[in-house]
Amino acid sequence: MTEYVIRFLVGGAVVSAFAMLGDLLRPKSFAGLFGAAPSVAIATLGIAVYQHGAGYAAVQTQAMMAGAIALAVYSVVVCHLLVRAKVRAVTATLLSLVVWLIAAFGLLIVTGGQT
Amino acid sequence: MSPIRFSASSLKEGRWYEYLIRFALGGAATVFTGLVSSHYGAFIGGLFLALPAIFCASATLIEKHEIRRKREAGLVGERRGQMAAAVDSAGAALGAIGMLTFAIVFSLTVETSVATAFLAASFAWLAVSIAAWHIRRKTRSVWRVRTEQASGSEIRRSR
Repeated sequence: MTEYVIRFLVGGAVVSAFAMLGDLLRPKSFAGLFGAAPSVAIATLGIAVYQHGAGYAAVQTQAMMAGAIALAVYSVVVCHLLVRAKVRAVTATLLSLVVWLIAAFGLLIVTGGQT
Repeated sequence: MSPIRFSASSLKEGRWYEYLIRFALGGAATVFTGLVSSHYGAFIGGLFLALPAIFCASATLIEKHEIRRKREAGLVGERRGQMAAAVDSAGAALGAIGMLTFAIVFSLTVETSVATAFLAASFAWLAVSIAAWHIRRKTRSVWRVRTEQASGSEIRRSR
């Protein structure tokens, strides 16, 4: 239980720090870089190294590569939904989560887990 | 001159509960990744290190702030809000290239030195993201000039 409380606090703090930095920066397209900051990754990998060692964290980052490619696909889909389909941001970002899941797991299957 | 600058105005626009929501979402995403890792292993859990959970909240807040700003000026800002969120998501697509670099550098260096891995991967993320943003900006401005030149010569030919 304590582990998950620590995870929650560390994750919340790191994500908030990156989000606030993104809020401060202009132009908006540059600030958007911080929307894809590895904030959850930094918090999670820090805990993973402490609990399970460097090897465990290395395995996590190998799969993270597929997740990052899926994130690029996701961001492009969100952009197109907002510009062309003219849907609200909440709808576009939530609907596109399906695209992220398909792209991420698709990449894992295609590469046979060798990312 | 660099077009990148700091603007504190958006921090003033933010409400306290918006920061609380982002903190809670960030915490929840980290807990979720930990749960997935403990149930399905490090590899599947690692996939969720790049889950765009926070991006949903950020894009929605950007849209909301833009709509609020336009409403205060007596305008309907819904389309403007959508476009602001779209620009942010275009930036996130470039940031994802940086995140991919972060993962590659971290996986290559973590077993040598943990501190070096965190520093090198974070630096690689920042450098690649900024480089990708600059390249896109340059190519867009070149493309815009070419389009304007092409449309200008077409107008001259039609006269």
